[in-house]
Amino acid sequence: MKAGSRWPAYAFFAALAAAGPLLDPFWHSLLTLVFFYAFLGLAWNLMMGVAGLLSLGHALYLGIGAYATAVLSQRYGITPWLGIPAGAAIAAAAGAVTTWLGSRFAVRGVYFALLTIAFAELLRVVFDNWGFVGATGGFFLKAVDPATNVPLVSLRGNALFFYCAFLVLMVAGYLLVERLLASRWGYWWRSIRDDEEAARALGVPALRCKVAVVAISAAMTAAAGGLFGLLQGSLFPDSVMGMRMSIELLIAPIIGGLGTPFGPIVGAIFVVPMMELSNSLGQSTGIYGVNTLIYGLVVLAVITFMPEGLWPQVKRWFGPGEARRARGA
Amino acid sequence: MTELYLNALAGGVLIGVVYALIALGLTIIFGVMRVVNFAHGEMVVMGMYLGYWLWFATRLPPWLLMPAAAAALFLVGYALQRAIVNIFIDRPQHAQFILFIALALVITGLHLVAFGPDPKPIQSPDMMRSYHLGPLRLDAVRVQAALGALVLIAALLVFLRMSNTGRAIRAAADNLVGAQVIGIRVRRVYAITAGIGMACAGGAGALISPMFDTQPFIATDFTLIAFIVVIVGGLGSLNGALAGGILIGLAEAAAAVFVSPALKTIFSYVLLVIVLLWRPSGLLGDKAARP
Repeated sequence: MKAGSRWPAYAFFAALAAAGPLLDPFWHSLLTLVFFYAFLGLAWNLMMGVAGLLSLGHALYLGIGAYATAVLSQRYGITPWLGIPAGAAIAAAAGAVTTWLGSRFAVRGVYFALLTIAFAELLRVVFDNWGFVGATGGFFLKAVDPATNVPLVSLRGNALFFYCAFLVLMVAGYLLVERLLASRWGYWWRSIRDDEEAARALGVPALRCKVAVVAISAAMTAAAGGLFGLLQGSLFPDSVMGMRMSIELLIAPIIGGLGTPFGPIVGAIFVVPMMELSNSLGQSTGIYGVNTLIYGLVVLAVITFMPEGLWPQVKRWFGPGEARRARGA
Repeated sequence: MTELYLNALAGGVLIGVVYALIALGLTIIFGVMRVVNFAHGEMVVMGMYLGYWLWFATRLPPWLLMPAAAAALFLVGYALQRAIVNIFIDRPQHAQFILFIALALVITGLHLVAFGPDPKPIQSPDMMRSYHLGPLRLDAVRVQAALGALVLIAALLVFLRMSNTGRAIRAAADNLVGAQVIGIRVRRVYAITAGIGMACAGGAGALISPMFDTQPFIATDFTLIAFIVVIVGGLGSLNGALAGGILIGLAEAAAAVFVSPALKTIFSYVLLVIVLLWRPSGLLGDKAARP
């Protein structure tokens, strides 16, 4: 990628930062969700879009991050500044171990994807029955006192604070993915995705590459989960670790366009407001389920008519030169 | 106490036969088309709603309504394959996966719009009866469901072995290019296979409609159970699905009675992880069936 083509993305992030104080709380909470799903999409895309490993159990890492951060802060008084890295480290270790196990025993393709579901569901059922973290009843964070709360210390605050926090997270994720793609690891991962045997023959350390990409993706997902738990104030195994979450977080990157750093962001910008819009449509018509129906139909239409996703398609519409380069690459 | 255990295990085998039928549908679709139907549980739920709705209209027992539900789901599967799934048949795995996610969302949405989120239980004194067999006391609905599932499984196996269409399906599963060379119309085989796969799910759904409170969101549970069964048995293997179904039914029942009902799902997942790591292609799956 030419250096010059990065500037539109940076300008876009700067515009979002500048718009922060001008928006009202509705837009803050909507865009916070956009940034959250965009960041999750960046993390998931690193595994699937870049290294070709299909994970259908990313809620595992999200849940580990959310619960680690929340439990450490509520039960042991440990600040989220340490809790989030701790959650990320645990998730990275979990990702590394499961990937090592899967690769060691030659679990590939569909089977690898199903293994990721199995681990995620296993942990969900454990949390469902684990009293220390509230089991199915949920784990709740004590409300913060707005008078004494310092958002930058407690990492909790009003809608604007979370808008900024998740924006910082998303931009950091974007920059990290961009750097990784340009590094030796980025080339190794893509070579494994395209032809693992040929990559091995050329000396690419495939096992180490896979373990590394899952660990990084898991750590990112857990970090987002930690912050998400602080935003929500309550955690339930079904909502942060269930299949629904695993599926929700991969729709945006697939819709946006796999393998590109900007695709997941475009996907989230499209998917999250659409989800909200279909929810409000469902509420205004009073028919339960209309939201799910519309959401499903739109996803169906996009993947049927734009197999590569929105971002490559948009690039083709607006920049013929860009598209030619993308096709050549 | 022995009687309690025996009853629990017998119940496990009975539900296991139904799991086997659900998994058979998943595995036959995968075996022929190499796509994993992530909307399989939604098809089961569609069968459950059909069972509920037909029971409400006719008051006939669900095992008599099963053929109607299976036939309806056959048409759904056939049409879905012809209209949508076909477009995705040569696309990468993740694209097929998101297709079925989208289909699952659409179907769940349709269920919600049509029936609402509240559970629809079949309540009738007929459903409370039980059969006595020596020391065993078996719920009538479970026995009927298992027998109904066995009939459908047997019919399917006979169809696959004896009929020309069945042979064409097996040929396409064994060797796609070879099947095309000898003039099998693969697109038609795909559509029929999709129909059969979803008919299995729908028939099973109608059979279990008296056992579960039908509501849209239990679909995921059935999808996951079907996955566990086919992976344990071997994705793409018919015998594997049958053996896996009964094994998982038994394992769930054993975990529920010996350990704790809350832990029965953990048991299945642990079994799944062990099988995946020990024999990634499943207990009865062959290496060639792997993607």
